[in-house]
Amino acid sequence: MRLSLPSKFLLWGATAATLAFIYVPILVVVLNSFSTSKTLSWPPPGFTTEWWGKAFTNAGALSAISTSLVVAAVSTVIALLLGTALSFALHRFDFFGKSTVNLLVVLPIALPGIVTGIALNNAFRTMLDIQLGWFTIIVAHATFCVVTVFNNVFARLRRVGTSLEEASSDLGAGIWTTFRLVTFPQIRSALFAGGLLSFALSFDEIIVTTFTAGSGVQTLPIFILDNMFRPNQAPIVAVVAVVMILIAIVPIYIAQRLTTTDNR
Amino acid sequence: MTTVSSSAPDRVGESPTRASLARRGSVFLYRHAKVRLALLLSAPLFWLGLVYIAALVALLITAFWTVDSFTGEIIVDWNITNITKVLGDALYHAVTLRTVGAAVLVTLIDIAIALPIAFLMAKVASPGVQRALVIAILMPLWASYLVKAYAWRSLLSQDGVIDWMLGPIGGESPGYGFEGSVLTLAYLWLPFVILPIFTALERVPDSLLDASSDLGAKTGRTFRHIVFPLIVPGIIAGSIFSFSLTLGDYIAVRIVGGATQMLGTLVYANVGVANNLPLAAAVSLIPLGIIFIYLGVVRRTGALNNL
Repeated sequence: MRLSLPSKFLLWGATAATLAFIYVPILVVVLNSFSTSKTLSWPPPGFTTEWWGKAFTNAGALSAISTSLVVAAVSTVIALLLGTALSFALHRFDFFGKSTVNLLVVLPIALPGIVTGIALNNAFRTMLDIQLGWFTIIVAHATFCVVTVFNNVFARLRRVGTSLEEASSDLGAGIWTTFRLVTFPQIRSALFAGGLLSFALSFDEIIVTTFTAGSGVQTLPIFILDNMFRPNQAPIVAVVAVVMILIAIVPIYIAQRLTTTDNR
Repeated sequence: MTTVSSSAPDRVGESPTRASLARRGSVFLYRHAKVRLALLLSAPLFWLGLVYIAALVALLITAFWTVDSFTGEIIVDWNITNITKVLGDALYHAVTLRTVGAAVLVTLIDIAIALPIAFLMAKVASPGVQRALVIAILMPLWASYLVKAYAWRSLLSQDGVIDWMLGPIGGESPGYGFEGSVLTLAYLWLPFVILPIFTALERVPDSLLDASSDLGAKTGRTFRHIVFPLIVPGIIAGSIFSFSLTLGDYIAVRIVGGATQMLGTLVYANVGVANNLPLAAAVSLIPLGIIFIYLGVVRRTGALNNL
């Protein structure tokens, strides 16, 4: 579009300001993890790697990281199974209540986290009398991770169509052979991308987690939240926060590369 | 003679013992589409229905129960005390108003920030710059929510970055409180608002903009009369995110809100500290109700198809 010089100037200025607004806070966390100040004061009075060393020997932080990795891995496996089955059902079949099922998949992530959290908390504690812990966190995470796998696999199924599978069964291959040799290779990268996104989503989740974790199990976000308000832990929290950014962004980057190269 | 004729068909099907079961299953499934559908649907529906829908229904039911004030046990005693308390108490009125006010403010701030950058991405930038900007907007979407809230805690803190930036011109950080919460929430949901507006702008044909400027309209006028009416559904789609997410938030408010109470913090306090699940359930029905009303209102605009 043709723009007058002042409006062009204004637009680029607003864009630059918005990008600064988005990235400065994240940058500040990264810099604070190297700051000698314990109170997040700015500008950092000095440079130190002390907190990085301390964070990597902090037993609480390390066990929280491994807890989060296990929870994310198990929930992702469940989400992969359920999400893939659902996407095949919704793509290959027409049935009564299809749109309701579609809504049902999106609901856990569309409703505010606090509603999902308290609903599950209430169901586990008062209705089913289940002690909050590993089991309840994983059930909760898997529930909202299904949608990311579903979205990726469903989009892929829609794109590749069914003609290759029909050719395969015309040539005499059974359902299993066709799945193993034709369908699975076609959706493999979508499964991988969906799985990575679901892993990152679970690794980061805090709202639903606080309602389903109980007091015994500490995931990394809960560790951060608990330590954020303790006066001397602020720099260690900054280090763990930077680690979280790295763990979340790397899989997302890979997932995005995968989906964009596929689409070419 | 008989042995030869009976083994011949088997040889055609190759090693009968290994393949027959799988083959039979395959043939059965191939012929029975309904069984295939049932197998695919049963596990996910069982999971989502049992875990999620049952939990939501249970939440609604629990709101009508009470807690024994001595033992802390939940008593199945049907009454509407919690509901009337939530609807009648001045505290809940004030907190609801504050939360809705925060949600409206956050939404307005996000739309104001999103419009220029989305417009530049969709209509001004070259394809390369556009791709780079989309990635730049998407990346922080996946950075941890908690880390971003924590970042604002350090920005807003005493002697923090905002104090340092505003100090020379005589300003200071708003500190932890309502203003800090609104700023942080606006930051958190910004990418959710930019993306649908960007998508809506991309759909506006360039020829309309050219025609408008050929007819002598300046940039501002073209935007007001041509672009804006066309992207209203996109703006509303974005507002659903910022509005609904703000209503349901409690972590960010706890981190940067100081003593500010929102609906989310009230729900959390009732679950954790006060151990009054029925009351918490009743409170959580407020944001749920507001969101359903909001969705009902915006459904008429067709914005839901833009999500």
